[in-house]
Amino acid sequence: MFGYIGRKGFKSKSALEDFFREISGLYYLTRSTLYCTFIEPLRGKPNKWGPVWIQMDEVGVKSSTIVFLVAFLIGVILAFQSAYQMAQMGALEFVGALVGVSVTRELGPLMTAIVMAGRVGASFTAEMGTMKVSDEILALQTMALDPVKFLITPRFLAILIMLPCLTVMADAMGVFGGYLVGVNILGISSTSYIDNSLDAMQLKDFITGLIKSGVFAVIIVMVGSYQAFIIEGGAERVGQNTRTSVVISMILIIFADLLFTAVFYYFT
Amino acid sequence: MEKTDAAIIKLENVTKSFGEGEKKIVVLDDFNAEMERGKITCIIGGSGSGKSTVLRHLIGAYQPDSGKIWIDGENIVGMNVKEMNAVRKKFGILFQTGALFNSMTVEENVALPLKEHTKVPIETIRIMVAIKLEMVGLRGSGHLKPAQLSGGMLKRIALARAIALDPKIVFYDEPSAGLDPISIGVIDKLMKDLSSKMGITSVVVTHELPSALRIADKIIMLFKGKIIFSGTPEEIKTSDDERVRQFVNGLPDGPIPFSKTQKDYGEELKEMSYY
Repeated sequence: MFGYIGRKGFKSKSALEDFFREISGLYYLTRSTLYCTFIEPLRGKPNKWGPVWIQMDEVGVKSSTIVFLVAFLIGVILAFQSAYQMAQMGALEFVGALVGVSVTRELGPLMTAIVMAGRVGASFTAEMGTMKVSDEILALQTMALDPVKFLITPRFLAILIMLPCLTVMADAMGVFGGYLVGVNILGISSTSYIDNSLDAMQLKDFITGLIKSGVFAVIIVMVGSYQAFIIEGGAERVGQNTRTSVVISMILIIFADLLFTAVFYYFT
Repeated sequence: MEKTDAAIIKLENVTKSFGEGEKKIVVLDDFNAEMERGKITCIIGGSGSGKSTVLRHLIGAYQPDSGKIWIDGENIVGMNVKEMNAVRKKFGILFQTGALFNSMTVEENVALPLKEHTKVPIETIRIMVAIKLEMVGLRGSGHLKPAQLSGGMLKRIALARAIALDPKIVFYDEPSAGLDPISIGVIDKLMKDLSSKMGITSVVVTHELPSALRIADKIIMLFKGKIIFSGTPEEIKTSDDERVRQFVNGLPDGPIPFSKTQKDYGEELKEMSYY
């Protein structure tokens, strides 16, 4: 099916047509990935978990350091920034509540996804793009192996599992960063910081954050794979498409986040 | 078409063009060819003559604009992925770059088609892989990664992978490109052996004429998407077609133009001087 994606590029007439072609290509690739990942195993072709473990290590475990660092610093920055405003209103002890809610609800999932789009999305495109250029994907097809099942499915499952996990840990790191600043530098007492945080943070916020991170995971892996699979030509296109993949993932992540936030705002 | 037909591969009136309007390039123009069972057919021609396009049609990577392609009695034009995959198990391909999976070892590369398409236990697969590696003379290199291999070894490992499922047909895309004369000789011998000892039908796309003359049972020469010669190696040496003689003798001047541009050279220089 996706063998035709990209080759259609020969017939492009306008930028608008190109745009809709990209959208439909991404849609078809996502559809066949979902089919290969979730429906084919039910029809007697089980997923192999070996490659998924390898990808989970690659995608999740090795990204943990940078995600932790970013989330921790976001918590610290947020605590400092809000302390200045809160102190003017005489509500310094509510710093904990503000940091907790913004990290679990918005910044934890968003920053984790942005970091992962740069780290993992780019490596997906570069790796599979190089395989496309060196005919390895064609070789898979001619061996009657489905490149979607063979290459995208393990990455899809790995990031779908690992991104929410990383988000949970990023949430914890962010809150911890805020706590350290609040207690040690701003002079809020530990108990009142924790009390205020727990009062403000709701399980619902935390769960919406996880749902969001699942959607972000799908965006990162599908954009990254699509940009790899449409490569025709040489190493130059691999570089270009890697860049495009990161840019598009980030834009789509922000838009999806906006959509979620708007929906939750009106319906809860 | 009967399966016992002498021609295992048959292309009928295949036409393929890329692009649209002014940029339209006709790569194959009403192309007809046959490849016999158990024989080695070499498709030769200069760069851009359409020989790689023929190969990509045969492996189902391209769909022709019109025409039929028969492989072992089945028309592969317009097949869906499932039907095509059944046909694909009948043939193996040696790609120009080898196209080995860089993340896997040599052994895993050769074992991949066996693991995915058969239910043979892993111990048996290891034995089968060792047999295939021995056939290409590289037993004992199973633990290496493709990046650690030389060009000639890569091609031989890729050949071992192509024949892993004992296919009826093997396609070779420029098997001798970028290799030294000894490695070319080794690959040629392997191709010849596979055809004579195992009855594999080989289709070789190449621009190496000496190698084609050594191994081919039949040579097809392409020029601008048309067949200009079809016959045995002896016949091509004595052909009196100007274009064939130019290719055989490697002459820069002749009916096959050295320059690719359409415009008149003088006109183009005049236009340039205005800027």
